[in-house]
Amino acid sequence: MKQIIDTFIRETKRLNDRNILLRLTAEVALPHLQAGQFVEVQVSAPNVFLRRPISVHFYCAEKNELWLLVQLVGKATHEMALLKEGDKLNLVLPLGKPFSIPTAAAQRLLLVGGGVGVAPLLYLGATLKEQGHHVAFLLGGRTKGDLLQLDEFQKYGEVYVTTEDASLGEGGFVTQHSLLQNETFDFIYTCGPTPMMQAVARYAQQKGIECEVSLENKMACGVGACLCCVTDTKEGHKCVCTVGPVFNIKDLKW
Amino acid sequence: MVDLSVKIGNLSLKNPVLTASGTFGYGHEFADFIDLARLGGVIVKGTTLHHREGNPYPRMAETPSGMLNAVGLQNKGVDYFIEHIYPTLTGIDTNFIVNVSGSSVEDYVATAEKINQLEGIPAIELNISCPNVKQGGMAFGTSPKAAEEVVAAVRRAYDKTLIVKLSPNVTDITEIARAAEAAGADSVSLINTLLGMAIDAEKRRPLLSTVTGGLSGACVKPIALRMVWQVRQAVNIPIIGLGGIMSATDAIEFLLAGATAVEIGTANFIDPAITVKIVDGITDYLQGHNMKDVHELIGGLIV
Repeated sequence: MKQIIDTFIRETKRLNDRNILLRLTAEVALPHLQAGQFVEVQVSAPNVFLRRPISVHFYCAEKNELWLLVQLVGKATHEMALLKEGDKLNLVLPLGKPFSIPTAAAQRLLLVGGGVGVAPLLYLGATLKEQGHHVAFLLGGRTKGDLLQLDEFQKYGEVYVTTEDASLGEGGFVTQHSLLQNETFDFIYTCGPTPMMQAVARYAQQKGIECEVSLENKMACGVGACLCCVTDTKEGHKCVCTVGPVFNIKDLKW
Repeated sequence: MVDLSVKIGNLSLKNPVLTASGTFGYGHEFADFIDLARLGGVIVKGTTLHHREGNPYPRMAETPSGMLNAVGLQNKGVDYFIEHIYPTLTGIDTNFIVNVSGSSVEDYVATAEKINQLEGIPAIELNISCPNVKQGGMAFGTSPKAAEEVVAAVRRAYDKTLIVKLSPNVTDITEIARAAEAAGADSVSLINTLLGMAIDAEKRRPLLSTVTGGLSGACVKPIALRMVWQVRQAVNIPIIGLGGIMSATDAIEFLLAGATAVEIGTANFIDPAITVKIVDGITDYLQGHNMKDVHELIGGLIV
């Protein structure tokens, strides 16, 4: 059930010059969150009117803790970076359809992320590992400093890295990584810049591998009421907030 | 106890708080947050005779204290509504009102006739004011003659409560309100969104796929209030006020200006439970001012 909850900051951690990690908790139990879902954050700042959709980076029921990985792109996110321990943040959650979890045992799964698009893949990797699957993360950035939370990703699977300037891992784009030539996978999940996701989708289509992508569109309501955040699917315009944000590439016009 | 009930034509509302079409889906989207039965009514998404895909993405841009939208009446058409959505609405103790849109008089009439058959829908809101469709929509709401023609045609085909939703994108909204009243409308609701625009200066491109779109949110409230006040002087039928209502105080201002009921729109996106808070806030205001009936508030502006 969707809820409106006041959460509190446990920690605001600056990861690099453009990204922060918020660790949140609440006095009440957070509703159960699934990998791929998102929250709508209310930010009080001048000229910020609407909530901001932010994907679940990590969730731990035991610690009643939610992590948000936030790229500082505008007024609202810069305001979020100023939040201190104990500050309040009002959320609407959980929102959106989660990633599919394979039902077959011990599948080999590839999670491909770029930039801040790695955000939903951490909790997805943790969930998949807990279900007994083999998880490989393939994470890309322009340069070494763009890669976020590598030590966290390592807890849940093998981590492969590409950077466009070859400052870490293999040089080039994620879709050029040798892993894709050398290994086979049962399912691919991806989130990041649209050209990257489309390249990953093409790879999956060529290899006949099931693939889910997590899309990001400008949203207002987050609950499927305003019809602002639509993406074009084979069945027409669908709300990213409720039919997605996770889509199987079979359903998109990619 | 205070009496919040009001009447719009033959339609009885338990309180004057309705949801604005296009901001509340079909109600169920908000059922996790509020008890829909606490609302005076739910005005569902704009419905047309045929399926509409709406406009391409991007359809939304945030603006200072507001937002622009260019959804373009995406909906599956009236037959889909009747078959798949209407059955899910019955059994909830509130008034479900269908917002009806079209691009010709014939379309409006055909859609209204179909809705007229639905026992559980006590009213329609005729949308002659959508700024986001190329044909029709706002075209009917910007000329008194066209407004009168479409309202009169729908009036002949529809025998329950007929609310006409007015566009603020006109020189004189009172002319259109009078035309709607003369053609047999039971009520007018105002305002629909204001035509606006937003630009990305870096990219030198518009932020909406349609270039222009409809402005809503807190920023439009002073204009909406002014228009409600003007229309109150011009017509005798009840007015439903909307435009930038974000709180109970905002809603009370519309009642004071002469609205019999209010619609809550964009505010639902910021606080999905705002509608019920506004119902409670109106109750608190009446009690705090020793009033027993919301009618003591309606049109109660001291000038």
